[in-house]
Amino acid sequence: MTDSTPEKRPGALARAWDSDIAWSFRHSPLAIVAALVSLVIILAAVLAPWIAPHDPFNPASLNLMDGFTPPMEPNAFTGNVYWLGTDNQGRDVFSTILYGARISLFVGFMAVLFAMVLGITLGLIAGYRGGWLDSLLMRVADVQLTFPSILLALLIFGVARGFIPPAYREAMAIWVLIVAIGLSDWVQYARVVRGATMVEKNKEYVQAARVIGAHPAKILVRHILPNVMGPVLVIATIGLALAIIAEATLSFLGVGVPPTQPSLGTLIRIGQGFLFSGEWWILLFPSITLLALALSVNLLGDWLRDALNPRLR
Amino acid sequence: MPDVLLSVEGLTRRFDVSKPWLNRVIEREDRQFLTATADVSFDICKGETFALVGESGSGKSTIAKMIVGLLEPSAGQIRFDGKVMDFASGAAMRALRRRFQMIFQDPFASLNPRWRVGDIIAEPIHTFGLLRGAEVTREVGRLLDLVGLSAADAEKFPHEFSGGQRQRIAIARALSSRPEFIVCDEPTSALDVSVQAQILNLMRDLQDEFGLTYLLISHDLSVVRHMSNRIGVLYLGRLVEVAEAKRLFTEPQHPYTRMLLDAVPDLSLSGRRRTPVTGEIPNPINPPSGCAFHPRCPQVFEPCRHQTPMSTATATGQAACHLLTHDQKAESS
Amino acid sequence: MPALADKAPLLSVRDLVVEFPTRRGVLRALDKVSFDIAEGEVLGMVGESGAGKSLTGAAIIGLLEPPGRIASGEVWLRGERIDNLPRERMRRLRGRRIGMVFQDPLTSLNPLYTVARQLIETIRTHMDVSDTEARNRAVGLLDRVGIPAAARRIDDYPHHFSGGMRQRVVIALALAAEPELVIADEPTTALDVSVQAQIIDVLKEICAERGASVMLITHDMGVIAETADRVAVLYAGRLAEIGPVRDVIQRAEHPYTAGLMGSIPTLTQTAERLTQIPGSMPRLDAIPKGCAFNPRCPRVLERCRIERPELIAREGGRQVACWLYDREAQDA
Repeated sequence: MTDSTPEKRPGALARAWDSDIAWSFRHSPLAIVAALVSLVIILAAVLAPWIAPHDPFNPASLNLMDGFTPPMEPNAFTGNVYWLGTDNQGRDVFSTILYGARISLFVGFMAVLFAMVLGITLGLIAGYRGGWLDSLLMRVADVQLTFPSILLALLIFGVARGFIPPAYREAMAIWVLIVAIGLSDWVQYARVVRGATMVEKNKEYVQAARVIGAHPAKILVRHILPNVMGPVLVIATIGLALAIIAEATLSFLGVGVPPTQPSLGTLIRIGQGFLFSGEWWILLFPSITLLALALSVNLLGDWLRDALNPRLR
Repeated sequence: MPDVLLSVEGLTRRFDVSKPWLNRVIEREDRQFLTATADVSFDICKGETFALVGESGSGKSTIAKMIVGLLEPSAGQIRFDGKVMDFASGAAMRALRRRFQMIFQDPFASLNPRWRVGDIIAEPIHTFGLLRGAEVTREVGRLLDLVGLSAADAEKFPHEFSGGQRQRIAIARALSSRPEFIVCDEPTSALDVSVQAQILNLMRDLQDEFGLTYLLISHDLSVVRHMSNRIGVLYLGRLVEVAEAKRLFTEPQHPYTRMLLDAVPDLSLSGRRRTPVTGEIPNPINPPSGCAFHPRCPQVFEPCRHQTPMSTATATGQAACHLLTHDQKAESS
Repeated sequence: MPALADKAPLLSVRDLVVEFPTRRGVLRALDKVSFDIAEGEVLGMVGESGAGKSLTGAAIIGLLEPPGRIASGEVWLRGERIDNLPRERMRRLRGRRIGMVFQDPLTSLNPLYTVARQLIETIRTHMDVSDTEARNRAVGLLDRVGIPAAARRIDDYPHHFSGGMRQRVVIALALAAEPELVIADEPTTALDVSVQAQIIDVLKEICAERGASVMLITHDMGVIAETADRVAVLYAGRLAEIGPVRDVIQRAEHPYTAGLMGSIPTLTQTAERLTQIPGSMPRLDAIPKGCAFNPRCPRVLERCRIERPELIAREGGRQVACWLYDREAQDA
């Protein structure tokens, strides 16, 4: 019901709550569950140093006697109980998962950020300038797409190892990983941004800015960029899930982060060695965490894509 | 003769509409060009409203875009207040750019949806460095007030406004650099008639208040007649007639103008029987030879098919038609 | 009583209500719209964008886009109620008894089929004729709508035709099954002025020739003035005024119609300023109480803010939904 009393302008928070996207979120149980799961894992990972019961990377706190403790059962020698059991070195699996998720998420976020910045920049320039520059960038993108991204990441990883002196390898490994995953992923950002830029640049608000002689860089960043970010956010969310999986894959293959700083992928690689000797928990719990994280982030991305697409509503 | 503010001379624009190189080689085709505007010349005097009318493909929007620097002319020259416009020279153009502005057709596309109305209006002020700080806010409020909105609207986003209100915002933005000359490209064709009347009246009031000069681009003859002092009629990129506004409608000189007038639906229910209009606008890629209008012209005769008619002075202005020169010759002999 | 009332109307729309459920509540896009179209009559339907003129057409032919739906009211075609027909029977009725012409000819023509195929298919779906006969009819129709060399051009694809020629093809298609009513929704809006006049002439002539009634939906008063017998003016989903074209245009009674007419620049007017109606049409979620036009009305009464006016019968078969004319109606 509306009447003709002068409308009060609601606050920013109230408007955000009332927006279409918030409404769509509130009416999608799957999105709410996915967001909750993601949030719990992300929070737990970020707060790992404070909430983990043990520090798995402090050799002093490890007791080899605690090794291979099954979940929720007291250890045969020490009597210690671990929620999710321990691995061969007596490290608490729950704590290693928290720290592992921390590494996985860090690599995932940074790789997505790297791919996003690179892809958006190149996409904006290609879409706005057009001509030979556009053709060149898009052909490079085409060529890159013909390589499977894991293969590309392996290649970059291998090349980087050749250039980095051995002393720094361990410290640099995580950054090489980020660049490798990011580089194999920028193409989709570039393509989407390029397409959207080509649409936006012909709109009259861009022409209006050109009439007053606004600098092209300013037009790109202030006018066009905010209007092409919608689809980018969707890709970034789904991309985050993919980057986490890519990191896990590379770590599983042994080319990712070093075992001294295990990510979820590294944990799974370590755990699979114990599967057939009966210590299933070392493999199972990191795998479930990875699955839950990747799936919930992906579902969130799917929901965001549908919510932002007016034709599906 | 009043002062000329904008002078356009021999303005021509060709678009390359060829297929890609490989297709051309395989299909043995030549490059193809679309001449959107051919050799158009006119002057606009200070304080007047000059209108360009034409149907689709007449090149009216192309001319508007060339004048404000959104498109580069293939040939010809544009002078603003006596100075040749050279959009390649950034620094020299800055001072000139402040003095002209453009209002676009679609108020739903001409305002950046992610910007607040205040920022949209202030953009020219910032770009030209006219004011700073609190003065900008005050000026934005004054401009909003001027176009019939309130200063508080500066905080809102474009989607909170109706089409007519958005066009008011676009006008406020155009005025913010205190221009002398505004190109209005179909400013009301996306609006409903009752809103159109509001915008047209507003444009008039602002013209009176600030002594603005307008170039009005429109396909609507009634709007053009209501708003302008002089009218140029375009057909397939060529200026076929220029005349004083009121006289164009009573004494059309070019057969195309006459046909266009006959085609306008008549609201006065005068029951005037119109000459039926025939034919459609030809493809501008391969325009007819000679006078582009000759295949549709009821008074076509031999020279029309081969010779492009030159613009000649008429009682009401000027027109490009062989009939006019032919008659003169016949009379003088 | 006008002569029209003697005969049963061809189309009769009674208290039509169209609603769109949204998450902010149900929006009423059409609110109790009632009108008749007589045999052979051209009824113009005007209004600003969002007034509901296209929706009226869509509701009559059962092509409302979901989630839009007819909430109440009735539509009668020659004594048969058609608003509640099953989907399949409605589909057969469209084309056969009600022809349609839309703004963009490309939406009505399938780009993958030749004009011949589309015309012949339409004719044969609705009429029991042989293939050759259908083709002959199709060529005749194209010829009638003014397509030169129709016998040859019938085998062309839609993209071979110019915009105006395409709209002629659409008119031929709409009339292929000899419908009783043609609903033309902005048939000339996408066309240039010089082509628009030709299309209007063709539409008007061919419908008159075949005795088909026309519901002409447009925002262009000029087109209505030249084409329609009667005109209905919609405002915010409600009928403001309906009556013979000449009366409504020259002596508008509803203040909205009067304002609308004054705001249109014409080729003969001399006024320096156009009459303007302040404000703009309310959005569907903010229609004021009482008369929808009351906040913008120069002659508003106290009553207009409280009570919604019904259509009041006036002289010459005109009806106006305005309280200004209420007392006179009571006296009479």
